[in-house]
Amino acid sequence: MRRLLIGLTAVFFGLLLVVPVIRIAMGAWNEGWTGFAGGLTRPETLHALWVTGLIVVVVTLLNTVFGVMLSLYLVRATWLGKKLKQLLNSLVDLPFAVSPVIGGLMIVLLLGPETALGAMFNWAGIDIVYALPGMILATLFVTFPLLVREVMPVLQEIGAGQEEAAATLGSYAWTTFWRVTWPSIRWSVVYGVVLTVARALGEFGAVLVVSGNILFKTQTATTLVYQDVENFNLTAANSVALVLAAGSVGLLLFMEWAKSRKEVH
Amino acid sequence: MSSMLQGRWWSWGFRSAVMIYFMVLIVLPILGIYGQSLSAGWSAFIDNITEPLAWKAVFLTVKLAIIAAVINILVGTMSAWVLIRYRFPGRRLLNSLVDLPFALPTAVAGLMILLLLGPQSFVGEWADKFGFAILFHEPAIVIAMIFVTFPFVIRAVQPLLEEMDSSEEEAAYTLGATKARTFLRVIMPGMLPGIASGAMLAFSRALAEFGAVVLVAGNIPGKTLIASVYIFGEIESDNAAGATAVSVLLLTFSFIILWLVNYVQMRRKGV
Repeated sequence: MRRLLIGLTAVFFGLLLVVPVIRIAMGAWNEGWTGFAGGLTRPETLHALWVTGLIVVVVTLLNTVFGVMLSLYLVRATWLGKKLKQLLNSLVDLPFAVSPVIGGLMIVLLLGPETALGAMFNWAGIDIVYALPGMILATLFVTFPLLVREVMPVLQEIGAGQEEAAATLGSYAWTTFWRVTWPSIRWSVVYGVVLTVARALGEFGAVLVVSGNILFKTQTATTLVYQDVENFNLTAANSVALVLAAGSVGLLLFMEWAKSRKEVH
Repeated sequence: MSSMLQGRWWSWGFRSAVMIYFMVLIVLPILGIYGQSLSAGWSAFIDNITEPLAWKAVFLTVKLAIIAAVINILVGTMSAWVLIRYRFPGRRLLNSLVDLPFALPTAVAGLMILLLLGPQSFVGEWADKFGFAILFHEPAIVIAMIFVTFPFVIRAVQPLLEEMDSSEEEAAYTLGATKARTFLRVIMPGMLPGIASGAMLAFSRALAEFGAVVLVAGNIPGKTLIASVYIFGEIESDNAAGATAVSVLLLTFSFIILWLVNYVQMRRKGV
């Protein structure tokens, strides 16, 4: 029984998780190094990777700062009522339940060129939908809960005792945060950031809807993979996908490491 | 005095900035889509929902997501059990692999499954020989859904198995219970909350999945067109009303599930 179960699990993992990764790698190499390098050094690939990188950086920065602050407020703030805190707490999870396509659609509906808000921004010379700001908004929406969900349980667990002690001893709020709170939430923040980066790197549905997938303008790495597959340009698609997959596997390894650090502290 | 006032201004600024960010980013868009769906009146909404292709897409999505969730329950529970209870070479590696679907971009996952099931692959050839059609048919969609939702059940069951008190199990054996009976009466009830919440999360994620499915489904209207791809198609063809109506249906579904998961977890903590 024991052997059978282990064997079954190993086979399932192999078939579902390992074989596909190997096939992507083989697919990227099936025209040799030139095919792989050719797929990657196309100008559209370089531009798409640049757009993806830009989105990842902006989204991670914004969501880290606001995510940590919101977690602090939701756990510690006395100026929010208990009921209100509970309500906000359940609202944080909403993006998990929203299909990425719907997330994109929301932004198009609110800020698209035909809407009042969109027209206003357009008048001010800022394009949101079918441009970078919309894509950033969509990715912000999709990745928002990841960090909050990592940090909040830790804040709840460590309790407010030490922070109160620091405040009683006359430390400023800012000093209390850096000297007392930050060291204990540090690794869960790192873990949340890694999750956010991974999700922002791989976001596809929401970005596809908002960006319009315009070549050399709003095309990201994932939407480029999609377009290459649709155009039966499989080697190029595999090359870009392999780079993305390598990035995710790297993040995954880092995540394992961060997790072990998180458990130690 | 003035520094205190300054401090208060600062904290007011921070508070409102964070709350506005949260409201504008998360709450406003969701309210917006519900408002938009009813902006042309209730009957227009009903018309958009009862459009045959629309409800067929929703029905197909729910059906396949249920199949994927059931398979996830079986395989996920087994994997969690093996990874926690047994010690064997490669266990740590398998355990880290579980998170892979969360880390991989869904479009890459879609491409992987496309290659795995494609006509040139082993699976594709084998299916061809026996007259099965996998790629661009329902099985491919289910496989894509299982791939992206694979970690949910495992990650929900594992902590429960870990914190389970082995003395209960030993007591059952001592009292003469068979292995099967102990599993069903002692271990299973302990795992059940994890299986339930994991399966529901997997189900709601499968309902929402787009990237992995769009590449392998073939997207034939009425046959292999799932709800999220239908919504995407409606957006592309500038039919915002149709897209919002189906979105609202799907969203309401997911919100109910999310609420149920929270309820299950709250009850567990309460007991």
